[in-house]
Amino acid sequence: MNKELKDSIPTDSEVILGILNNSESVLKRMYVAYFPMILQLIINNNGTADDAKDIYQEAVIILYNKIKAGDFELSSKLKTFIYSICRRLWLKRLSHMSRFGGDIRDFQEHMHVEDEVEKQNDMDIQFSKMESALQLLGEPCKTIMEDFYIHNLSMQDICERFGYTNADNAKTQKYKCLQRLKKLFFQQK
Amino acid sequence: MFAKVEEVVFSAEIREAKMNEYKLQEEIERYLNGEMSPEELKQFELLRKENTAIDTKVNEHQDFTKLLKQYSDRLALENRLNAIHDEIDVHTLADELMVHPSWVVQLWRNHHSKISVAASVAIFAILSVMFLTGKMTNQDSQYIQLRREVGNLKNKTDKINQKLSQNGRANRSANAERFSGTGFAITSNGLIATNYHVINGADSVYVQNAAGKSFKAKVLYTEPQNDIAILKIVDTSFRNLGAIPYTIKKAESDLAESVYTYGYPQDAPHFDEGRVTSAVGLNGDSLDYQISIAINPGNSGSPLMDSRGNVVGIIQGKQTQLEGVHFAVKSSYLLSAIHNIPADSLTRKINLNTKNTLAGLTRVQQVKKLNNYVFIVKVYQ
Repeated sequence: MNKELKDSIPTDSEVILGILNNSESVLKRMYVAYFPMILQLIINNNGTADDAKDIYQEAVIILYNKIKAGDFELSSKLKTFIYSICRRLWLKRLSHMSRFGGDIRDFQEHMHVEDEVEKQNDMDIQFSKMESALQLLGEPCKTIMEDFYIHNLSMQDICERFGYTNADNAKTQKYKCLQRLKKLFFQQK
Repeated sequence: MFAKVEEVVFSAEIREAKMNEYKLQEEIERYLNGEMSPEELKQFELLRKENTAIDTKVNEHQDFTKLLKQYSDRLALENRLNAIHDEIDVHTLADELMVHPSWVVQLWRNHHSKISVAASVAIFAILSVMFLTGKMTNQDSQYIQLRREVGNLKNKTDKINQKLSQNGRANRSANAERFSGTGFAITSNGLIATNYHVINGADSVYVQNAAGKSFKAKVLYTEPQNDIAILKIVDTSFRNLGAIPYTIKKAESDLAESVYTYGYPQDAPHFDEGRVTSAVGLNGDSLDYQISIAINPGNSGSPLMDSRGNVVGIIQGKQTQLEGVHFAVKSSYLLSAIHNIPADSLTRKINLNTKNTLAGLTRVQQVKKLNNYVFIVKVYQ
């Protein structure tokens, strides 16, 4: 399996194009190709395999969003970028857990990626707010919100799904739910 | 009744406001979703430009729904990644990628508590064994000291053997010098003070001055209990020594006072200096001072001088078991011995020198002057 993996490491431009085109296979090949590097970094620096998974996925998401947003310039190797992001994230987490002894055992060259990590951190805060707001919203509001705003279902579909007698009722319900969700979201600090 | 009407009007207003808000929301959504007709779009954009409150609402709604969308995208991506992740054999990979430290480090990491306990026990055991076998009672240094002493003793016996063999030969050739010590003049007419043990058992006694000239002397008076002897030069070739430069001190010297001696442990005169280290001698004997001057055989009877050139004692001996413990008879005993000399053994009354001419001189000059008044006492048996 390992040999097969090595053979199938996608080139950097392949990855960028693949993500832009929502290619599942390229994403998978990329993920599988670089995970061992990060696993090595984390488990040899006081981390577990689960820590490695968390950190690596966060880094992949940063990369993914950056490519999707169209502002990813390949100034370094993709490998170096991923490694640097993970290294930065792991250092942050280590110092947060006060398990950081002051030195980290490195396996790759790395670069400064503080900005990316900070940006991601801000987004993560917003997302966790949204997550708990949706949780607090409860059913059926949550599903209505998801169906309308995320899955882009029409009011007619929603009306049928939830058995509302007419679209106006469903609209009123949706309006109320949105107001509540906004309230819940902005209430959080 | 009037109030009630107002209330109704008020609640109607609220409902209207709510309705408006709802309508506005509806419009905003339609606007953002591009569901408006060109006419409506034009109007709405005009409204948005004029009314900043509505403009803010539009932006806010847009941001919020965007965040909602992003959030769901994130969730979807995470699910995709998790699905990919589940296909990886993380455990095997982790085993392969773990940097394996050397077996010593691994042993330590896995068993450090046990190793620590074992080490403590071992250290304790070694210490107890050392303690029980007396390894820790400083035997080593004692042993070295003892060895030194043995060395000293050996040296001494060697010397004695040598002397004896020399003496054996010398005895046969008769009149060989048996013992030697030092003495110093107490009067200009030839009274010499020395130790009793120097002349004890002597057949004949000679004194030799620094120039190498010997004079026959006789034992005039002894005080064996104080180890003091007074000799008188009876040789006809003896000339008056001239005024004695030093005086004999009556008072006791203080501890730590700087003292020196001048005597004949060998054929040439020998100078050494030190301090008064105790006002009492061996076993608390008040006869002696302890002094920190190295003394060798032959030094016995040498004058112990203080820095002002007073005789404060007579060098007597040393403690063999202890390092650096040397004794000198206090000068007050010498004075009393001189006083005790029976008048009939004297041709005339002793006049001790009362004028110290060494006081202002340097040590070197003092020693130069002493030269004429210190003698080798040679004893024949």
